[in-house]
Amino acid sequence: MKEFSEYKGVYVFVQQVEGVIAPVSFELIGKAKELAKSLNTSVYAVLCGYNVAQLADELGEYGADTVVLIDDPALAEYTTEPYAQAIYGAIEYFKPEVFLYGATTIGRDLAPRVSARVHTGLTADCTKLEIDAETGRLLMTRPAFGGNLMATIVCPDFRPQMATVRPGVMQKAEREEGRRARVLPFNIKIEKNDCFIEILDVIKKMNEAADISSADILVSGGRGMGSKENFQMLYDLAEVLGGRVAASRAAVDAGWADKELQVGQTGKTVRPKVYIAVGISGAIQHLAGMEESDLIIAVNRDETAPIWSVADYGVVGDLNKVIPMLTEKIRAMKENA
Amino acid sequence: MLNIVVCVKQVPDTNEVRLDPKTGTLIREGVPSIMNPDDKAGLEAALRIKDELGAVVRVVSMGPAQADAVLREALAMGADEAYLISDRAFGGADTWATSSTIAAAVSKLPYDIVFTGRQAIDGDTAQVGPQMAEHLGIPNVSYAEEIRVVGDSLIVKRQFENSYQVVRVKMPCLVTALTELNRPRYMTPGGIFEAYREKQVTVWTRPDVPVDDSNIGLKGSPTRVKESFPKALKGKGEVVTMDAEAEADYLLAKLVERHVI
Repeated sequence: MKEFSEYKGVYVFVQQVEGVIAPVSFELIGKAKELAKSLNTSVYAVLCGYNVAQLADELGEYGADTVVLIDDPALAEYTTEPYAQAIYGAIEYFKPEVFLYGATTIGRDLAPRVSARVHTGLTADCTKLEIDAETGRLLMTRPAFGGNLMATIVCPDFRPQMATVRPGVMQKAEREEGRRARVLPFNIKIEKNDCFIEILDVIKKMNEAADISSADILVSGGRGMGSKENFQMLYDLAEVLGGRVAASRAAVDAGWADKELQVGQTGKTVRPKVYIAVGISGAIQHLAGMEESDLIIAVNRDETAPIWSVADYGVVGDLNKVIPMLTEKIRAMKENA
Repeated sequence: MLNIVVCVKQVPDTNEVRLDPKTGTLIREGVPSIMNPDDKAGLEAALRIKDELGAVVRVVSMGPAQADAVLREALAMGADEAYLISDRAFGGADTWATSSTIAAAVSKLPYDIVFTGRQAIDGDTAQVGPQMAEHLGIPNVSYAEEIRVVGDSLIVKRQFENSYQVVRVKMPCLVTALTELNRPRYMTPGGIFEAYREKQVTVWTRPDVPVDDSNIGLKGSPTRVKESFPKALKGKGEVVTMDAEAEADYLLAKLVERHVI
C-alpha cells in the first residue's frame, strides 16, 4: 500500500456566483465535518473568486475550520482554466486527503479537468460518502446504470480522493452564529494560456417558479397527464398547497413541461417535505431523483406501476377526477378555517 | 477545411431497463443498444458545420466489436470516417483511463473541434469530455446549447443552472454537447448503403494508440469499484382503490394527518 501520510484534511470547493455561495457548498461542508471527524482532521473550504473575502464568515458558521481564500480578478466569473489552475495549485500546495465538489454544471466541469491535471481519480454524483474504518479510505457510493444499480468506488493509490456530490443529497450542518474559520489567503499566479476563453455575455434565466430544488412541496406530473393543458390542474393543486410544479422526463420529452422542472437522473434531485407524483409510473431514473422526499404520495391508474414501491400513500384511480376534487376540498377547508 | 472529431459511445437504452420485481436485479436481456443521446447531438452539430462551411467529420468510439454499429450509424448520418478503439487491454477503464486512451487516439487525427456528449446515459459522469481536453491540452466548453463557427473561434452558449454564458473559444477546442443543442437527422437509405458497402470502420488496437500502459484499462484507473448492489427501495406504502370522491377525501385526510395542511 502506498504511503499518503502527508495528505491531510477534507477540502470542499466553495462555489460562489456573484458573491452568493451555492447551497451545495454548505451541504458539502456538513458532510466534510463528519468525514473529518472520522479521519481526525479538519475541514478546509476553498473559496475562489474576486473580492469574496467577506464570504469566509458564513463558511465558518457552517462548519469550515479553515478557509483557503484564492482571490484573483481572473476568478471573477467562472471559466474552466483559471479555476482549474487555482484548484490545482491549492492541491499541489496543501496536499488534501479528500476533495469534494458540488455536482453542479460548474463542479462537473471543473473537477474532471482538475482530476486529469493532478492525476487522481474522481467519482461523479455520489449519494453517500463515508470513511472505511479499516483502511481510512473514502467510500464513494453513486448510482450507476441510470440509477438501477449502486456502486461503491474507492481511490486506493492516488490522492486526493475526489468526488462530486449532487445538490440536495447531503444535509448542511446547523449554523453556529459567530463561529469563525481561520482565513488563509493563498496567492497563486494565474497564468493566461491558450485554454482561456472569453465571456461575451451572461444571460440570466428569470424563472423562480422553476426552482424546484428549494420547494417544500412538489406536485409532479408524468406521462399519465396526457397533455400540456392538463398540467394546469397540477398548478392549481400546487397553488392551494403553497408548492411548485415539477415533471418527469416523459412529460418534459412530450413538451408538456420545461426541462428545468425535470426530476430524475438526467434532471434534478429533489428532497421536498412532500412529493405528489401524478400520472408518473416511476421509471428508475425518475425514482433516483425523488425517493429521498420525506413524504411521497402517488396518484396513478396503473396498480402495477413502480411508483408504488416508493410511495407512502397512494390512490389507484383517475387523476382527472381525483386531483381537481382534492384541490377543491383543500380550498374549501382553508376557506372554512 | 475544418477537421472535426466526434466521440460517440454505444450505450444500453437505460429507459428500457427494468428490475426483476422478485429479485430486485436488473433485467439486461433484450435491452437495445443505442448511440448515446448527448453524443448524437455532438455529431449532428458537427454535420451541420460540415453542411454550412464544409468539414471532414471523423467519429471515434471506444468499446467492444459491437460498437461498430454506432459508428456505421454515424457514417450513415453523414460522417466521413470512423475509428473504433477496441482491445481487451483498454477494458475496465474508469473515466481517467478512458479519457487518456481516447485522447491519445484522437491526437493521431487532425482536429479543430472535438465534440463529446456531456455525459453517457449508462454512467452519467460527464467526466470524459473535460478530462480529454486536459490530456489534449486544449480548452473545453461544457454543456453547449448553441454553437457557431466565427473565424478561428467558436461562439458557444453554455448552460448553467440559472444562467447562460456566451463564450468565445479559440480552436482547437473541445465542446461537450447537450441534447438541447439540436434534433439529430435520421440516416438516409443512401447513407445506410454507403455506411455498410463503401465506407470503412478502422479498428485501432493497443499498438495503434500512443498511450502509456500505466494510463489504460483497469490498471491505469485510479478508481476501483469496491462493490455494486441493487438499489434498496423502501417498502410499499398504503395504496387504496375507491371511487374518485372517496380517494380525494383519503388524500386530504393524509395531508392533514401529516400536517401538510
